[in-house]
Amino acid sequence: MVHWTAEEKQLITSVWGKVNVEECGAEALARLLIVYPWTQRFFDNFGNLSSPTAIIGNPKVRAHGKKVLTSFGDAVKNLENLKATFSKLSELHCEKLHVDPENFRLLGDILIIVLAAHFTKDFTPACQATWQKLVGVVAHALAYKYH
Amino acid sequence: MTLTQAEKAAVVTIWAKVATQADAIGAESLERLFSSYPQTKTYFPHFDLSQGSAQLRAHGSKVMNAIGEAVKNIDDIRGALAKLSELHAYILRVDPVNFRLLSHCILCSVAARYPSDFTPEAHAAWDKFLSSVSSVLTEKYR
Repeated sequence: MVHWTAEEKQLITSVWGKVNVEECGAEALARLLIVYPWTQRFFDNFGNLSSPTAIIGNPKVRAHGKKVLTSFGDAVKNLENLKATFSKLSELHCEKLHVDPENFRLLGDILIIVLAAHFTKDFTPACQATWQKLVGVVAHALAYKYH
Repeated sequence: MTLTQAEKAAVVTIWAKVATQADAIGAESLERLFSSYPQTKTYFPHFDLSQGSAQLRAHGSKVMNAIGEAVKNIDDIRGALAKLSELHAYILRVDPVNFRLLSHCILCSVAARYPSDFTPEAHAAWDKFLSSVSSVLTEKYR
């Protein structure tokens, strides 16, 4: 089980409290698909992903980004119990979606960059370190039920 | 992996701004690296890594100068960083995984300072550029 200090919990909840889940989620997913184009392989049915502009404006990307980040919010609410929280999602990503867990790490790092751009100087090294830990354990929990 | 003309242009444009605060960004990137990935400190047992340390600043400067050289010679990064490539291969021998970690921290520092310039296209170009630089620096490892 992961241990979180009071300071880490504070850094997580204070940042999360100011995040617009819909905007941030859309941006994170769009950047993932733009910066790492091979990740588009999971989204054949999303329509036009032919350019950064197309990706950013794509309504399916926006909707899915919001879905993903909303789910991430469950992690913030259940820091002491991440494996259980993501157990079903982990099975889904393995058995139905067939997503290489490396993609969870890629998306986690993209989310960090989106937060850095959004919070600028408030996204201090200490803040980043806490969030790197969070995205790391979420990625681990999502990969946990893989077989 | 080669950079397109558009990507090179995006790298050069952002560099013009980054260069004005290169030292600070270099030091901040290293600070982010050591905070988020403490294992990277193992390469600097001889350094004072406290925030604001002169050594940290000097080393951040060094890193950013090298990146600047790569930007100035973006059509021949391999040539521009040949000596550094040998240094990393034969003397420093920093495990390749760490280049990705530092690149990520540099992107965070740049995103935090220039959020409106750090568009998705600029982000993609810089990620690719730093990846190129990392490849050059590790290509003589074996």
